[in-house]
Amino acid sequence: MKLQRHGAIAALAITATLAMAACGSDNTGSGDSKAAAKAPSTDCAKGSLTSQGSTAQKNAMDQWIKAYQQKCSGAQITYDGTGSGAGVQAFTSGTADFAGSDSALKDGAEQTGADKRCKGGEALDLPMVTGPIAVVYNIGDVKGLQFKPATLAKIFAGKIKTWNDPAIKADNPSAKLPSTPIQPVHRADASGTSDNFTKYLSKTAAADWTYDHAKEWKAPGGVAAKGSDGVSAKVKSTAGTIAYDEWSYATTNGLNMAKIYNGAGAYTELTAEAAGKTVDGAKVVGQGDNLKLDIDYNTKVAGAYPIVLVTYEIACSKGNAADKLPLLKSFLTYVSSDDGQAALTSQGYAPLPKSVQTKVQAAVKGLA
Amino acid sequence: MTESPTRSAADQPGADDRSASADKYGRQASTGFTLSGALRENEAHDHPSGPDLGGGGGGLPPRRRGFEPLFRFFTTGAGILVLVIIVAIAAFLITKAIPALSANKANFFTYEQWFPNDPSNPRFGIAALAYGTLLTAVIALILAVPVALGIALFLSHYAPRRIATGLGFVIDLLAAVPSVIFGLWGRDYLAGPIGDLSAWLHQYVGWLPLFGSGGPYGNSILLGSVVLAIMVLPITTALCRDVFVQTPTQNEEAALALGATRWEMIRTAVLPYGKPGVIAAVMLGLGRALGETIALAMTLGATFGVSVDIIHTGGNSIAANIANAFGEANETGRGALIASGLVLFAITLIVNVTARAIIYRRREFAGGTS
Repeated sequence: MKLQRHGAIAALAITATLAMAACGSDNTGSGDSKAAAKAPSTDCAKGSLTSQGSTAQKNAMDQWIKAYQQKCSGAQITYDGTGSGAGVQAFTSGTADFAGSDSALKDGAEQTGADKRCKGGEALDLPMVTGPIAVVYNIGDVKGLQFKPATLAKIFAGKIKTWNDPAIKADNPSAKLPSTPIQPVHRADASGTSDNFTKYLSKTAAADWTYDHAKEWKAPGGVAAKGSDGVSAKVKSTAGTIAYDEWSYATTNGLNMAKIYNGAGAYTELTAEAAGKTVDGAKVVGQGDNLKLDIDYNTKVAGAYPIVLVTYEIACSKGNAADKLPLLKSFLTYVSSDDGQAALTSQGYAPLPKSVQTKVQAAVKGLA
Repeated sequence: MTESPTRSAADQPGADDRSASADKYGRQASTGFTLSGALRENEAHDHPSGPDLGGGGGGLPPRRRGFEPLFRFFTTGAGILVLVIIVAIAAFLITKAIPALSANKANFFTYEQWFPNDPSNPRFGIAALAYGTLLTAVIALILAVPVALGIALFLSHYAPRRIATGLGFVIDLLAAVPSVIFGLWGRDYLAGPIGDLSAWLHQYVGWLPLFGSGGPYGNSILLGSVVLAIMVLPITTALCRDVFVQTPTQNEEAALALGATRWEMIRTAVLPYGKPGVIAAVMLGLGRALGETIALAMTLGATFGVSVDIIHTGGNSIAANIANAFGEANETGRGALIASGLVLFAITLIVNVTARAIIYRRREFAGGTS
């Protein structure tokens, strides 16, 4: 009996500690955002917004929502990381006021379906969050690796099987590579990160990457892990692995990141500026306010890190509910502002290039 | 049940003692229907002038009839509701699945890959998923059932009573652990040891096709099965223990009196008596294993393909694939996933019906010999 009571007390103590720890981590999180708390320079609006979609921009959204709500007390905004497909579906059916998506709406059924929701207008793709994708590896003590796109494509396609393969040696003449087998890790769940990474491979190493691009991993072999956290955990725990993962997961887990050979002919380290240079070169391919971005993965800009992902907010150009519109406009204005974009660099994202940013701001202004 | 005594008290304001006793009996009788029935019989005998008492059509015999149909209606309704829900689920799955199935450019039953989101060329098939679902569940049962039987017999026949109660409590606690915890544990901790075990198995019994792979190891069918085995252990153990405890004491004592050892007594008296219950417990465990989602999504390697090899990274199950693919699925993708859900529904149905059939036959058999 006594033992049980002690047990209960111990359990209580543990629960309390955990709860406090949870609070603690939350506090540090908001500590980051305090730098951005002054951010909303726009007018506040009241009301509530529900949104959902891409998990790749979930961290960015959380950051923005926290900063916005700190400034504007009457605003209630939620963003659920349900996945891009689910987000677009929720937007089309009217349950989400806007959606986050890793890819622009596809012409055809997807675009027309979403347009139907926007009475008198169309569904816009607004690029908001861009972020680099890191190539991470774990080969024990071996560090400072660098890769050409073709080598990466061969590794992830399973054509290169051991670390001391001549192709890897050619990229890394000074590295001491072991003869152990390579375990390429990819995402088990469908994801925009996979889509953007395979897009990069298909554009830069078409000869060695024949699987096109998709949210599902199509190449044979390899090891799969669920979610960005699953991928980073797998790489961290298993020697001989190589994977692609969002930058923030690579840094928080302290993983080795490879330098990537860009179109300018140099191996480039991943930094916010280096990734920003690639996004800078992106072209807008949509019509009017529909801002689909086309990234030039072969960019010739010196010092550009070429593997980046772009995610969009999908919102109605017209036909937004009257009680939602002011907040939607106000929030998206903040998100696309200099302050909003700058708040993201600490989260492992890169700010939008100026040329794109001004177009996004104009599109947001036109929402009705 | 409690309704009848209170009402009888209201009906008979004069009979204070009786109404009090009826109340008492009524409460006692709430566990068994016969006792309260007998009580009403008594009341009817005491007051032969029934029609008088039961003014307004509330006489004792009619009242009983009034309650009976109501209760009958309620239970029948509940029974029908289950059927309606099952049929509704099936209808929902089928209507949502048909558009995707008709758009599918591959054979749904034999194709092993899962690419339903390609707008121009959706191809998907259930073969690898259904195989992985059944394989992980069966291996999990092979691992879990002997252990579950051992624990159950220990708790019911070997352990001192106090230890048995405590241990039983711990086993039940294991059932309360959320599956995502098992998944995380499998992914972050167990994957390494299982990888080492796989390498060892391959080195020494690699001639078996089961362990034929040269690597990489880790997130394999074996890992998923081991995690599943731990997850089905509590429910199987708890049910088996309950069944074994109910073995008639005469049977056990008779066996012991004839000179049987403890093990012989268990073999001749306990196990034959508990067989239907054990089968039911195993089938319930199988049901849980078949439907397990997140733990498998986190531990399996999520590759598609049918292979007898269980140590190579890979493997996938229907439920895990739904968890992995649903978020990013488009219209056809969702339909395809629902179609896979329909297959899981059918598999579970077949398993349950088979289990029922086995239990039914065994029970009749046991009844005939005893």
